[in-house]
Amino acid sequence: MSKILEVKNLRTTFFTHLGEVQAVRGISFDLDEGGILGIVGESGSGKSVTSLSIMGLVDEPGKIVEGEIFFQGTDLTKLDHKDMMQFRGNEISMIFQDPMTSINPAFTIGNQLREVIMAHSDLNKDQAHERALELLKMVGIPDPESRIKNFPYQFSGGMRQRALIAMAIANNPKLLIADEPTTALDVTIQAQILELMRDLKDKINSSVILITHDLGVISEICDKVIVMYGGMIMEKADIKNLFAHPQHPYTRGLLLSIPTNVTGKKKRLIPIEGSPPDLMDPPSGCPFSPRCPHAMEICLKKAAPLFKISETQEASCWLHHQDAPEVSGMVKVEGEQS
Amino acid sequence: MIGYYLKRIVSALFTLFIIATLTFFMMRAIPGGPFTREKPLPPQIIAQLNAKYNLDDPVIVQYFNYMKGIATFDLGPSFKELGLTVNDLIRQGFPGSMKVGFVAVMFIILFGIPLGIISALKQNKAIDHVVMVMATIGVTVPSFVVATLYIYFISSRISWIPITGLSNPLAYIGPAIALSGYSLSYVARLTRSSMLEVLRQDYIRTARANGLSEFRVIGKHALKNAMIPVITYVGPMIAAILTGSFVVERIFSINGIGRYFVESVNNRDYTVIIGMTVFYSALYIVMVLLVDIGYSLIDPRIKLGRKSGD
Repeated sequence: MSKILEVKNLRTTFFTHLGEVQAVRGISFDLDEGGILGIVGESGSGKSVTSLSIMGLVDEPGKIVEGEIFFQGTDLTKLDHKDMMQFRGNEISMIFQDPMTSINPAFTIGNQLREVIMAHSDLNKDQAHERALELLKMVGIPDPESRIKNFPYQFSGGMRQRALIAMAIANNPKLLIADEPTTALDVTIQAQILELMRDLKDKINSSVILITHDLGVISEICDKVIVMYGGMIMEKADIKNLFAHPQHPYTRGLLLSIPTNVTGKKKRLIPIEGSPPDLMDPPSGCPFSPRCPHAMEICLKKAAPLFKISETQEASCWLHHQDAPEVSGMVKVEGEQS
Repeated sequence: MIGYYLKRIVSALFTLFIIATLTFFMMRAIPGGPFTREKPLPPQIIAQLNAKYNLDDPVIVQYFNYMKGIATFDLGPSFKELGLTVNDLIRQGFPGSMKVGFVAVMFIILFGIPLGIISALKQNKAIDHVVMVMATIGVTVPSFVVATLYIYFISSRISWIPITGLSNPLAYIGPAIALSGYSLSYVARLTRSSMLEVLRQDYIRTARANGLSEFRVIGKHALKNAMIPVITYVGPMIAAILTGSFVVERIFSINGIGRYFVESVNNRDYTVIIGMTVFYSALYIVMVLLVDIGYSLIDPRIKLGRKSGD
């Protein structure tokens, strides 16, 4: 299967007055054509900055300081502003977290949709209008003929997210990045939006990166997952293995802290003690080591490489090293990887 | 919608009525009158003058007579400018003030807003610092200093720029600069801060993510939202600038109405005081109405004539 996106050793740093905030610290991953990749992690783990780096939308004072982002063979980090514009909203689109603020209140839905369509095609205004109606129908907005004339304030949160999805898919993007698309919505709407995204992805034949802190969302639609922490990748796995045999203590901690038996008998959640690292002055070793129940001396000194557990699973943890002490469920691997 | 405008017009007329009434009685409450001199006139002459202008009637009678006049757009005779009515004074002076004011307003809109935008886009860069220092100077330096410097350094040295009067189009430059200095600087600052606020909004990021050109992102998506605080200021400002300035009109020898705002009070020229106040208030009310219409054009959430919650 060919790769639509390959990220190699990406480093994104914010040069603030207080110091350098290393939001993303050398991550590599790729996305198969047609695949749905989930990126999970808590706030500040670098997942949003990763997606903004792909879009070339990292705001001042942030900068991609190292690494390459290949989209169908083109290194996006080498493109200038003008060339990047051809990709944004066209080949690669993005859906943002908060539909209440992500849509311009001063223009009608139709105006904003037509604008995106016309920015990347030769359609005239009437044709763009027809296309906009078609898109609104696709994302499940009832009565598009009258809704297209509405302003965003006349839309509910769920409808706005649908409208934003319509903008994002307007030009049949090859890659759709959704940054916590359901976080600001209530639970029933969340399910509908996820359903919609999965349907549309197949319809327009694109690949998806879904960023979330919600493992429930991941389990619902993703086929591969990256777990990020402190700007680094902790674990990469296909969805089955991640939930069945997590191979990183952080992933295990995340899975243990999901509420289970919501309706049954009460069970205490097991939280991960401590708080995420300060990225202004990240720990020199594994970023999770201060909170890790299994932390060893080496963990504090040197971040582990990604150990290849199986064809579909990699984890960045020294416990996979052959000299590491035995921890139940952790697979030992011959030799180090990447 | 028509009902809304009717309501606005009725409330405007009521406001003008209150303003005229308050001004009328407040001016009579101040000691002295239009014919008070340092060297007092003989009492017989004062009595005759008072009789001529009906100032010997009881105040309440004068008030009703005056209000009757205002209702028919007759602002009464000036006590000081012999043979001229207040309507005459406005008719003679307002065109001059308005023409200079119009040029000043153009300066403010055409320079103030773009400078603010450039400043915001180049935040903390050299050009931003230069514009903001200039804006601070513009706000703090009074118009008579600007006018004097302009005359000294520019119009008195360049023969084809007239120093005074409005004899040719170039003559408008000086008075318009002096008149617009403060507001231009203020508008630049206001636009800058409003623009910075809007540029941080999520929908700007969405517009960029949609691959729109920077020109469209700024010129369409950001600008429209950033203009709300600016038009709030610019509307009433236009009323103030169109009615001229005592200082600027005096320095550039422009025949305008700015001077009456000051002179009429010193002269206790009752009719001119009230006339000018009512005239300025009317202009102000119209500008505020235009600002409200402007809001509804910019922000669709603001609907004229609807109570909130409808």
